[in-house]
Amino acid sequence: MIGIVSYGAYVPYHRLERKKMAQAFGDRPSSGEKAVANFDEDSVSMGVNAALDCLAGFDEKSVDCLMFATTTAPYDEKQSTATMAAALDLKPSIRTAEITGSLRASASGLLAAVDAVASGAGSALVVTADCRLGAPQGANEQWFGDGGAAFLIGQGKDVIAHVTAAYSHTHEHIGSWRSRGDAFVRSWEERFVQNIYGETVAASVRGVLEQSGLAPADFAKVVIAGPAPRAQWSAAAKLGFRKEQCQDTLAETIGMAGTAHAPMMLAAALETANPGDRILYVSYGEGSDAIVFEVTDAIRQLPARRGISGHLEPKNSELLYHHYLKWRGILPTEPARRPDTPRPSVTAMYRNYEQNLGLYGSKCLACGTPQFPQQRVCTRCQAKDRMEAYRFYGKPAKVATFTIDHLAASPAPPTVFAVVDFAGGGRMLCEVTDCDPHEMRIGMEVEMTFRRLYQAGGIHNYFWKAKPKRQPGGKGTEGES
Amino acid sequence: MSKKGITDRVAVIGMGCTRFAEHWDKSAEDLLVEAAYEAFADAGVEPTDIDACWLGTFASGLSGLTLSGPLKTQYLPVTRVENMCATGSEAFRNACYAVASGAYDMVLAIGVEKLKDSGFSGLAVHEPPSDGTAPGITAPAAFSFLAPAYFAKYGLDEQTGKEVLARIAWKNHRNGSLNPKAQYCSEVPMESILKSPMVAAPLGIMDCSGVADGAAAAILVRTEDAHKYRKDPMYVKALAIAAGPGDGRLTQDFDFTSITENVRAAKEAYRQAGITHPRKQIDMAEVHDCFTPTELIIYEDLGFSERGQAWKDVLNGVFDLEGELPVNPDGGLKSFGHPIGASGLRMLYEMYLQLQGRAGKRQLPNPKIGLTHNLGGFPWQCVSFLSIVGKELS
Repeated sequence: MIGIVSYGAYVPYHRLERKKMAQAFGDRPSSGEKAVANFDEDSVSMGVNAALDCLAGFDEKSVDCLMFATTTAPYDEKQSTATMAAALDLKPSIRTAEITGSLRASASGLLAAVDAVASGAGSALVVTADCRLGAPQGANEQWFGDGGAAFLIGQGKDVIAHVTAAYSHTHEHIGSWRSRGDAFVRSWEERFVQNIYGETVAASVRGVLEQSGLAPADFAKVVIAGPAPRAQWSAAAKLGFRKEQCQDTLAETIGMAGTAHAPMMLAAALETANPGDRILYVSYGEGSDAIVFEVTDAIRQLPARRGISGHLEPKNSELLYHHYLKWRGILPTEPARRPDTPRPSVTAMYRNYEQNLGLYGSKCLACGTPQFPQQRVCTRCQAKDRMEAYRFYGKPAKVATFTIDHLAASPAPPTVFAVVDFAGGGRMLCEVTDCDPHEMRIGMEVEMTFRRLYQAGGIHNYFWKAKPKRQPGGKGTEGES
Repeated sequence: MSKKGITDRVAVIGMGCTRFAEHWDKSAEDLLVEAAYEAFADAGVEPTDIDACWLGTFASGLSGLTLSGPLKTQYLPVTRVENMCATGSEAFRNACYAVASGAYDMVLAIGVEKLKDSGFSGLAVHEPPSDGTAPGITAPAAFSFLAPAYFAKYGLDEQTGKEVLARIAWKNHRNGSLNPKAQYCSEVPMESILKSPMVAAPLGIMDCSGVADGAAAAILVRTEDAHKYRKDPMYVKALAIAAGPGDGRLTQDFDFTSITENVRAAKEAYRQAGITHPRKQIDMAEVHDCFTPTELIIYEDLGFSERGQAWKDVLNGVFDLEGELPVNPDGGLKSFGHPIGASGLRMLYEMYLQLQGRAGKRQLPNPKIGLTHNLGGFPWQCVSFLSIVGKELS
């Protein structure tokens, strides 16, 4: 049977407390906080980092199909899946699709992946991430959060959650929308939307229950997408689900991450699921998809991954509202008195995509020295053209030395640069992100994270940065000396 | 590989140098004309006596036309060279070889930079098109890597380390205060240096060289012709430049407490000039103090101090104007200012004045051998230039 073989998730390090947004306008504060993509993150980078979590321990070359679901793709014209495939080191012969324009996109991706496997693909990777904007002082701004999730769909004994039934229902209505040129999501009156929402999810849930012969009581968990944090509870209750069956909406800790939101809840549900559990997954957009998952014994064998829980702590909740506005480009600020960043050379990017997106350096076949960036003549033994590709991603790494640059132009100065030494050889001079300059230490352990360096001339330039390696659930950094 | 060098075959018979400053009222053309005509007058030659020119500029103009236009040289060969912050030295080095080869009898080496038209503080460079993934690290941040690495290796606590660096800046400002052509001709108290705003920790703004406009020029002939023009020419004893392969950023061997290019260039220059004990045999030096830790490392790379000892020599005043080996008597990049393409020739200008006894209030007692060191690039990959110049033929 076909189903989920592996899952992963990504939540940005930074959180914005809702009371800070409210306080900025003298409004009544809402509870909790939302996850906020750093200035160097977007849906593509968050999707890649979620997919890396999902693929940990799996052979990335066995993936036959990559689907990316988002409503906030960086380009209107130019697919992001090729960028992601290169960053994930997938094989060139994969089939790719970017599914956009709807909060249902991720469910469409999951179902398309199931269909792809049913029609012969060995495995299909579904990645979803979102980074939506609500206008300042609005409810959307309060509740939208950023993040991503990824699922490897396949079949056979490694499946941890079979797809046993699925039912789709399409129903035209306009609940929330964003037209070309709009920066912010618009929403229709809440009471109307909640009403239509209830009808829509009811149609798909009743359909799948009828098809599968199951009743609400047969499910350990229901993962239900919704237009607002509390709308989900009442919709689930009306369908006959008890409150304890409802998967936590993540509204208090992460916020609602667009089309990635229900998949992130699904990842969280899988983290605590036991063999034999049934999970009902319900999407919502211009219609709804209901999918029944049955958890198998194989879930016990899946190696530990970060998932959602591993991203909840450590975090930085010190982010200020105006910094968030600056990062998202909502608040124009005085530019640094430095030259504008020129657009990158697309030709040079084309030559170097394996290196820059896949984090491939070269390793000398004569003397064994790994080097980044790739070299033709070995820096140690000067052997010419005797290099093999060498991937630096995943190698343990430590800070050899670092600096805190107050002069470099950045949306979040000062910029931390470090010389990073990798276990097994090789070093990289790169930016350090998601860090407090005060926590930097020589000898500190770091890991590489995929980021968007900048956008210039309409071109988004993705690359890798180091970030402090933090123990999931812990507070500090590792390897301090 | 034979490296014969051209020891004592080339002499400097005239030099000129503009004041290094924020010249809001002067263009690169103005600065070139000023430096060149000061050198012509100093040598007692006419512009028409020059056979060929070497122009160094980092980013203030393209090609030899940058010089031939303002000077109205009459269809002479003019070669523009660029080697980052060692550009001025590179113009001088190539001009020396041109004279030594016999291809030309009299050559002008000149360097210029007009930095203050950019609207930015610090350096603003237009890089060639690239994939844009190279880290956008600024020059002070790149050189700041040296400080914590040095402090850690030799057991200096942060406070002591900061004081050592400040002492270098203090010395260079004190020397510059005696130099009317320096960008900042005033002393700066240690306390102000230590408290200056952070640019790239642990470097404050007062650990950084002055960003200035300026030009400097030299007129070169073969040694046998020198006395036709003056009785006290400056002889070129050694010229060396080492361009690094960049292993500092590729392998883990490089520990940021020494710049290999400096060590290699010094070794070659010392070989050419027969220097075996640099601290004793060299009377004075102008070195590339782009940032204070760079000067600290240079002391050790050039053999002025034993490894791990330079910081003590700094605190003991070894490199002060009255010290055992005065370094940057004119104020250095720190106080004299650093118009990229001109700096290498400015260093030689100070050696020239000192050897001739024309250095005014900062005159050293009868120096005979001087050294200039000029570096372009980053600690992990750079070009490093050394010259050794002298008052007498050996």
